[in-house]
Parts: sequence; C-alpha cells; structure tokens
Amino acid sequence: MIKNGIKSAWQTFVVLGAVLFSTAQAELALNMPKGVTEFSRDVYHLHMIVLWVCIVIGVLVFGAMIYSIIKHRKSKGHKPAQFTHSTKAEVIWTTIPIIILIVMAFPATRVLIKMEDPQDMDMTIKVTGYQWKWRYDYLDEGFGFLSTLDRKSNLARQPGSGIDPETIPNYLLEVDHPLVVPVNTKIRFLLTADDVIHSWWVPALGWKRDAIPGFINQAWTEILEPGTYRGQCAELCGKDHGFMPVVVKAVSKDDYKKWVAMMKGAEVEQAKLDEKTWSKEELMAKGQEIFESQCASCHQKNGQGMPPAFPSLVESQTVKGPLKDMIHTVKFGRPGTAMSAFGNILSDSDLAAVITYVRNQFGQQNDVVQPQDVAAINQS
Amino acid sequence: MSHATTHEHDHHDEKPKGFVKRWLLTTNHKDIGTLYLIFALIMFFVGGAMALIIRLELFQPGLQFVQPEFFNQLTTVHALAMIFGAVMPAFVGLANWMIPMMIGAPDMALPRMNNWSFWIMPFAFAILLSTFFMDGGAPAAGWTMYPPLVLQGGKNVAFMVFAIHLMGISSIMGAINIIATVLNMRAPGMDFLKMPLFVWTWLITAFLLIAVMPVLAGAVTMILTDHYFGTSFFNAAGGGDPVLYQHIFWFFGHPEVYILILPSFGVISEIIPVFARKPLFGYTAMVYATASIAFLSFIVWAHHMFTVGMPLGGELFFMYATMLIAIPTGVKIFNWVSTMWQGAMTFEAPMLWAIAFVVLFTIGGFSGIMLAIAPADFQYHDTYFVVAHFHYVLVTGAIFAIIAAVYYWLPKWTGHMYNQKLAKWHFWLSVISVNVLFFPQHFLGLAGMPRRIPDYATQFAEFNMISSIGAFVFGFSQLLFVYLIWKTVKGGEKATSKVWEGAKGLEWTVPSPAPHHTFQDNAPVNDADLAHGGAH
Ligand code: HEM
Ligand SMILES: [Cu+2]
Ligand SMILES: [Cu+2]
Repeated sequence: MIKNGIKSAWQTFVVLGAVLFSTAQAELALNMPKGVTEFSRDVYHLHMIVLWVCIVIGVLVFGAMIYSIIKHRKSKGHKPAQFTHSTKAEVIWTTIPIIILIVMAFPATRVLIKMEDPQDMDMTIKVTGYQWKWRYDYLDEGFGFLSTLDRKSNLARQPGSGIDPETIPNYLLEVDHPLVVPVNTKIRFLLTADDVIHSWWVPALGWKRDAIPGFINQAWTEILEPGTYRGQCAELCGKDHGFMPVVVKAVSKDDYKKWVAMMKGAEVEQAKLDEKTWSKEELMAKGQEIFESQCASCHQKNGQGMPPAFPSLVESQTVKGPLKDMIHTVKFGRPGTAMSAFGNILSDSDLAAVITYVRNQFGQQNDVVQPQDVAAINQS
Repeated sequence: MSHATTHEHDHHDEKPKGFVKRWLLTTNHKDIGTLYLIFALIMFFVGGAMALIIRLELFQPGLQFVQPEFFNQLTTVHALAMIFGAVMPAFVGLANWMIPMMIGAPDMALPRMNNWSFWIMPFAFAILLSTFFMDGGAPAAGWTMYPPLVLQGGKNVAFMVFAIHLMGISSIMGAINIIATVLNMRAPGMDFLKMPLFVWTWLITAFLLIAVMPVLAGAVTMILTDHYFGTSFFNAAGGGDPVLYQHIFWFFGHPEVYILILPSFGVISEIIPVFARKPLFGYTAMVYATASIAFLSFIVWAHHMFTVGMPLGGELFFMYATMLIAIPTGVKIFNWVSTMWQGAMTFEAPMLWAIAFVVLFTIGGFSGIMLAIAPADFQYHDTYFVVAHFHYVLVTGAIFAIIAAVYYWLPKWTGHMYNQKLAKWHFWLSVISVNVLFFPQHFLGLAGMPRRIPDYATQFAEFNMISSIGAFVFGFSQLLFVYLIWKTVKGGEKATSKVWEGAKGLEWTVPSPAPHHTFQDNAPVNDADLAHGGAH
C-alpha cells in the first residue's frame, strides 16, 4: 500500500520533471543570457563561476546535514555526543571560504576595471529617460529622437483591453523607434534623466546604468553581432515604469551609414515643417496622433486625466485660458510634477499641433497654433 | 515552603482586571510581548493580502485586476508593512516575552516606556494605511522611497514620513529598553558569556537600531522639507543630489536587513541544540560572528547602488566588503550543522522550521554572494533575482525563524501543548509552497524580468504563473497557523515546565504557563540550568 503510494508519487515526480525539463529546453529561459558583447560574456562567466561555487558548497553543507538528519536521530537510538567546539574544524571553515572569495575577487575586479575604463570610443550616444520614454541623441551626428512603447503593445496593455498579449509580437518589448547602432564599434553612452531616476538596461549588452536627473553617467559597449536586442527600464519611475522598453538594433557599419543619411534627410524635412504654415485639419490630425502617444498615458485619451496626480484637461483653466500660458506650460513643463518640459522632446510643429488639438478637442476653444507661435514663447 | 510557593504563585499570577487596565495601561513584559506578537501577526496578514493581490495581477500577462498606479502602492506598502509592521514588532515581542525570563530578570528595565513603544505602533500604521483611502492613494515610490519619484506623491508624503518617524521612535525606545535590561537586570551569575544567544543577538541588534533609525528619520525628513518647504536636498534643479538620498537610505538600509535577521540567528541557535540534545557548537564563535556581521553591515551599504555610477574605487571597496560578510555568515551555518552532527535529533515543529531556516536562508546567502559581485550585479540589480534573494533571507529566514520561535515557546506562554500533527501540516505546506513561490523568481530575474512591474513580456508567463500558485498556497496555509495558535490558547494537553526533553535555560525552570511575574526574588543562577553554563 505505502510502497505503491511511494511508487506512484515517484512516477508523477519523474513525469513532471521531464515535462518541466523539456519545456525548459524548448522556450523557458532559465539562465542569464551570454549576450553579444565581450563584457556580457565576461559577466556570464563570472556568474557561472560563482553559481557553481555556491552549488558545490551547498551540496557539501546540505549533504552533511542530510546525512546527520538521517543517521543522528534519537529514534535510531543515536546517543548525542557532547563536543562544543573544534579549533581545527573552525580554522578550516574560515580559511577555505576566504581563499575562495579571494580567488573570485580577481576575475571580478578585472572585469569591473574594463567596464569602468572607456577608452578610444568611436561614437557617443546620449540617453535621456523621461516618464515614460527614452530619448536618444546621436551627439556626433547632431540628431535625436524619442523611443516609446509601440502602439500594439500599448493598446493591449490597457486594463480590460480584451487583447491577448500572446497575440502581440514582442509584447511590451517593442518600441516605435529603436536605437540603431553599428556593430564592432565602441560606443560611449552618456545617461541622464529629465524627471525621475530611470535605468537603461539591455541584458544582451551585459549591464544596466541609472539615468539620474542632474547627473551624467557613463557606460560603453561594443556589440559583436548584428541583431535586435531588447530590454526594459530597471528603476521604478512611476506609473508606467513597466512600459518603457529599450530596443537596440545593431546593424553593419554600412547599413548604419545609410540609416544616418536617412535620418539627416528627415531632419531637413522637420525644419521645413517648423517653417511652414499649417491648416487646422493638418494640425488636428497630427495633434491627435501626438496626444495619444505622448500625453494620454497621464491625461487619458478623453482628456479626463486621473486627478489629483494627473489633472483633467477638460476642466483645466490653462487649456481654456490665454494661449501664451498654455504654450508655456507644455513647452517648459511644471517643475515638481510629472508634467515635463515637452519643448525638450517635441519639435515646434509637433507642439503646435498637439496644443491646437487639446484646445479644440477638450477646451472648446477655436484656436489654430502655428510652429512660429510656439517658437516665440520663451522660458521667463 | 509549600505554603510560601502557593502564596507566591497567587501573587505572581495577579493580572489586572478589565481590558483597559490589562492591555492599554500594562507595564508587564509578557502582556506587552503578547500585544507586539498579535500586532505583528495582523500586519503579516495585511501585508500578505497585498502580496496576494500583486501575485494575482502577475498570474498572467496583461493587466486584469489593478491599475499600474495602484500596483505600485501595493508593492510599496506591502514591504513597509512586512518590514516595520510584521518582522520587527514580532522580534520585539519575542524579546519582551523571553529576554527577562532568559536572564532571570523580573521585567524589562523601563516598563512604562515599554508600554509606550508598543502603543505607538498601531497609530503609526493607522496613519500609513489611511493613505489608501485618500485621493492620490498610498505612497507608490517603493519602500526605498527614492527621490525625485517619491516627491511626486501627493498628500501621502507627509503621512508616510510621520508614520516612519513614529515607527522609528518606537524602535529606538524598544532598543534602549532591551539594552538597559540586558546590561542591568541579569540575575547574579548570568555572566555575559553565559547569556543565551537570543539575548546576545538582540543586544547587538538593539545597538544597530539605535545607530540607524535616526539616519532613516533624517532622510525622510529631508524628503518632507523638499516636498513641502521648498528645500532642495535631493532636487538636482535646486542644486541638490538625488544620489545622496540613496547613500543615506542604504546606510540605514543595510544594517536594517541585519536588524531583521540577527534575532533570527539567535532563535535558531536556541532551538537546534535543544532538539539535537547536544550543546551549541562554537558558542563564543557565534557571539563574535554576530558582532562582526553587525560591524560589517555598516560598511557595505553601496552594494545596493552599484548601478548609480560610482567611481571604480568605490565599487571595488563595496564589492570586497560585501564578500567579506559571507565569512561570519558561513561560520554560523557551519556551526548549526555541527551542532546537529552526532546529536540525537527529534523533529518536532520548532526543529523542522529551524532546519528549513538553515537550508533556505543559506540559499538566500548564496544569491547574496552572487549579488556582491559588482559586474554581475549590473545584470542582477533591480530584477526578480533580487526579489528572490531578499525573500529567501526574509521569508524563509526571518519569518521562518519567528514561526519556529512561536512553536518553541508557545507551550511556555499558554501552558498547553499544541497539536503536533497540525503543526507539521502547516510546516510541509509552507515549506513546499514557499519554494514554488520564490525559487522560479531566480529564473525570471536572470532571464531579464525587472522588479516592480505590473505586467510583463510573454516569455515570463510560465514562471510567473507557477510563482503565483505557490503564493496562494503559502498565503492560505498561514491560516492554519492562526487556527493552531487559537486552539492552543484555548486549551490542550498541559505543558510541563520543561516542555521539551532537551530544553535548557532559565525560561524552562518556571512553570508553564509562565506566571504573570517571574524572578521577582532574583535568586542566583545555577549553571546547570543554563545552555551555556559551562566553560567554553
Ligand atoms: C551573505 C549575506 C548577504 C549578502 C552578501 C547580500 C548581498 C546583497 C546585495 C549585493 C544586494 C543588492 C542587490 C541589488 O539590488 O542589486 C542585496 C539586496 C537585498 N538584501 Fe541582501 N545580502 C545578504 C544577506 C541578506 C540578509 C540576511 C537580508 C535580510 C534579512 C538581506 C536582505 C536584502 C534586501 C531586503 C535586499 C533588497 C533591497 C531592495 O532593493 O529593496 N540580505 N543583498
Ligand atoms: Cu522605470
Ligand atoms: Cu545590503
């Protein structure tokens, strides 16, 4: 009876184990990725060394304990010994761990020094964290752009959306504009933030580094294989901390040059947009698009916000009030609140469009705001 | 003689009548201990309920139950409730009940302050929990309360800060009381190196508390003035420094994690020798290891900040110092195993929990060593790997030790033996489910899942589901614990004074239940009654 019970329990265990193991093989990621940089591989090896040291010590200590639990029990009639110490044993089990730790400290130190010593960098990218998006500035090329959670994930992640995340490719790990970088190039990252602390992390590169307002942090990487690498913000930064992924697209040096040329062309186009005079229809259409990607996460699609933290725009006196004040609020933000200075991240034509949209849509105003109106407003 | 004892017994058992006199105005260490323990148990369920809502939301990808904003409030208050509401008060409760009895003192040295330090706590938590019902909701910046994010909180900032001030005042008073009691109230013959380890570890913990609670109070006060009075301690735009906050917080925070675990070391060092029927191995080494862990805990704080961009020298220093902590911690573990070695073990409930503690706390220590390796921490930091680490040391460490202590001393408190079978059910359900709950979180973290997120990418779905199942089984198993305590308070087989066959120490020389007042005549201590009476 009992024997049968044990046997069937054992069988279930084996079957369960096999199932788990095969799923693990198929899709479940159990371990740290090796990654695609020298640093990430060094880190992976460090991780494996420490892990194995821990496993071996664990097997020895728990083994001794289990042996003792089986053999040295009162029900087996074991008589308790009365020893209270053993200098020899104590010296051994303090010295051996010290030696193990010293041995582990050497490779750890070497890897750390390499990471913290950026030399002969080929290019520099400035990363700025915002609630809840990233901005990438290619300092050598003179252009930059915002990178936000892509539309599909964003729709699916709304509470009660009814969309099954499994149907969304790269759910929560996809952005509208990925960071494009060349392979085999030493890239210096300068990281900072505009509002609260964020942390920029791509596991395949092997590190995360905090983006802190008022600080400029440094880190570097050299990606060895082309591909798309995904990560997420790793420092709690408010409501949508879980929804500001990082996507890095590493391409060949040639493709990178082409991409830069294309981006520069877009810059010229952008400048033209800021100079032209827009029709109201154009502004409203563009404004809605920008509102939904940049503003709706706090103020909500219907403008009702989530008071008190995120005020309603429908009720807002600023939206109904003088145009100048509204432009100032959007362009320079409200310090000390989650309302950031959108002048830093949107072009004048984008700002004009979104302000036009908000005033007409939520404030019952009949205004048309042109990029030149936005350019005319200064901070003080 | 016999007349004298009965008379004495009556007098000793004289409890004040009426709820107000008995509980509100009490100065009795046992009653205050009971109050602390009940409060801790309630907060354990309050924090646990929040954890279950969190795990419910994380059961599958997508947002099903809560808004992200509320999710962040839950993680923040869950941690504050568990750390300051459950674990710390539970250990203060154990200290109150047991320290006077273990050192042969009639009561705590400062009984009125003792009453005050308990009765602050319900108010502190009423203030903190009331923020859930305000507009803007509860604090949502994590229990670490990093600025500038925490400054975006609305009204709750003031409530959170004042609640923490109150908890800090309570802890400091509790700590002063314990130090005063241990230093001044030991019965003649109870030398320092004869004290039980639970008393030793608490003495050292009390010094840690006095050293770091004011630091936390200072940090949150600066948050308060930054928020309401226009100072810029942590506001870069005003010339302040957000990283400074992290240094101050973790200068409190790392010793704090040892405040949560050192008394557990004490509990386990009491229990294992009793059920192995063999003296504790390396008593003096245990005392010194505790003291060196306490010292080292002050110089490792920035291992929580490897990714903030410290200079290389700083990173190396904090990496080496953190690795060093593994040595005294290892000594403790080896000593517990050696105590079991060649003993004559039995496996009543306290021993089962103690053994689980040794194994599972060690697993938490292993992940701790991994986290200490700074370059690898660039990957681990702020992921579920860290969540797994600190739940192994806190749940299967601190909480398991508290449960072990309750099973160990409950017959002494109530005078009744409890149902061993039920206690074993509680143990096995908990120990299996807690691993189902937390072990897969190691994998999640390594595979790249950040902590403090309400929704996740689909490749994390399987392990999150497993973890949530574990959480629900673990959570509901704890109802058994409450039921068992309730039954034991109400009745059960009479407990002897000694309760456990291998028990040694002064608390086992008084009747069970322990009379309301013990050791009023300060009789000299007899070495043979002590666990560490002999030479070492
Ligand atoms: C061998 C001993 C230990 C070592 C080497 C160690 C190391 C570490 C390290 C390096 C971190 C930072 C991880 C990161 O955020 O990237 C950490 C986090 C943490 N540890 Fe430990 N630890 C040890 C034992 C303990 C104990 C005994 C406790 C508590 C009882 C504890 C509680 C925590 C907590 C709560 C955190 C997370 C804090 C947070 O970010 O909210 N650790 N530990
Ligand atoms: Cu974030
Ligand atoms: Cu720490």
